Amino acid sequence: MGLKQKAHAAKQAFDALKALGRDPTSLTFDAMSGPTEGMLDRRRVALFGTNNYLGLTFDPEIVGRGVRAMRDCGAGTTGSRIANGTYADHRGLERDIARFYDRRAAVVFSTGYSANLGLLSAIADDGDHLLIDGDSHASIYDACRLSHADTVRFRHNDPDSLARRLARLKGSPGDRIIVVEGIYSMLGDLAPLKEIAAVKREAGDNVYLVVDEAHSLGVLGDRGRGLCEAAGVEADCDYVVGTFSKSIGTTGGFCVSDIADFEMIRAFSRPYMFTASMTPAASASARAGFERMQALPALRAALWSTARRLHAGIAALGFAVASAPSPVIAVVLDTPEQAVRMWNRLIDAGIYTNIALPPATPGGLSLLRVSASAAHRPDQIEAALGAFGALARDFAASGRAASAA
Amino acid sequence: MSGVCNASGAADAINRRVLALLSARAPGASLGMDSTILADAALDSVSVMDFLLEVEDAFDVTVPLERLAGVKTVRDFTAVVRALQEDGA
Repeated sequence: MGLKQKAHAAKQAFDALKALGRDPTSLTFDAMSGPTEGMLDRRRVALFGTNNYLGLTFDPEIVGRGVRAMRDCGAGTTGSRIANGTYADHRGLERDIARFYDRRAAVVFSTGYSANLGLLSAIADDGDHLLIDGDSHASIYDACRLSHADTVRFRHNDPDSLARRLARLKGSPGDRIIVVEGIYSMLGDLAPLKEIAAVKREAGDNVYLVVDEAHSLGVLGDRGRGLCEAAGVEADCDYVVGTFSKSIGTTGGFCVSDIADFEMIRAFSRPYMFTASMTPAASASARAGFERMQALPALRAALWSTARRLHAGIAALGFAVASAPSPVIAVVLDTPEQAVRMWNRLIDAGIYTNIALPPATPGGLSLLRVSASAAHRPDQIEAALGAFGALARDFAASGRAASAA
Repeated sequence: MSGVCNASGAADAINRRVLALLSARAPGASLGMDSTILADAALDSVSVMDFLLEVEDAFDVTVPLERLAGVKTVRDFTAVVRALQEDGA
């Protein structure tokens, strides 16, 4: 399919959404006034659709260190990590991350997306087997394509489905690389990592486990290391991938590992080699973000308190919520049209959430994705629950009217 | 001679079972071996992936995603399943 056909299909899909209100694909924030508040359509909105879990984007220390680095080192590096784009803060950030995870080495990438691409395409090759959870993020699917390895999907969060696929590979050569996520970004559910680690251990040699902690870094575990720490299976997790664009509050990605020679991927990981390195502001902010996350464990407690309040409040209104309480609360709606209408109504009421529609959603669900942040104020949380309450009343009333008619 | 008959019998059995699994996901569609999985069965990409997992478990084979390049019809798909079964046999 060429551009013309793809553009036509996309236009049709967008026009259908626009007919119901705003176009979710071309939303622009006019201004941001803090980690949980911005201006949208000249309206002040509380942000309940971000990945700003610890609310660190406006942390004065993080912003200050970024500003200073930008003044001292420039707006960009104009080079890749393997040429002129490695500065002291890139190396320092890698040392900080390795120390934080108590691992041998960390490698930093320019984005979280390129961290998955860079790691998986480097450790898997023709003749190897990538076994990925069916609900994996697009960056994992794209990484598989770049790797030339065979890609096998197993049922979402189903260790038996993974075990069956590993068993079928018995006798065939090549590494087996299992890829899961700590918290899945759309439904907010956690991987059954203890069970997956057990399947990995039983599968024998040449089996590796990669855990993408993009949404769980700073969110899970006593020290905030993520699900590997919370599930007590860090020793089984060979590679941990993460991003600075969620809890850490800036942008960039990383992988950390104890595997010997892991750092050699710098010599053959194309997404590491052939893109400009993180800007000085981003790398300095990321270092500060890691420090703040560790210095302020109370943020994690505040995040979970908000997450539980939102989850309980939305569920109590009669909405179907996809998973157990977590910082991502996915409200499952009946149809894409209903989701778009509710999403628009929430913005009208000053509450921004993420909308996710099929086919880009697990199970083809129509979702409003509500995210919690440690920086949400009590009045914002009550306003969000109030707006959901008004929606519940209106839609219940229209449902009754429809059935009466 | 009997080997050939068995092979063709096995192929028929795969065809029938794959068609049955696909038809269950596409109520109302009249599907045959030359039906296309996306257009005729009207499966979206999510349903295609669920269908694939179902077929994998039904036949105890694993279909790497790369093997689906170029697969359009039910016939294309059953040929891949059959080849994978023979590889594993």
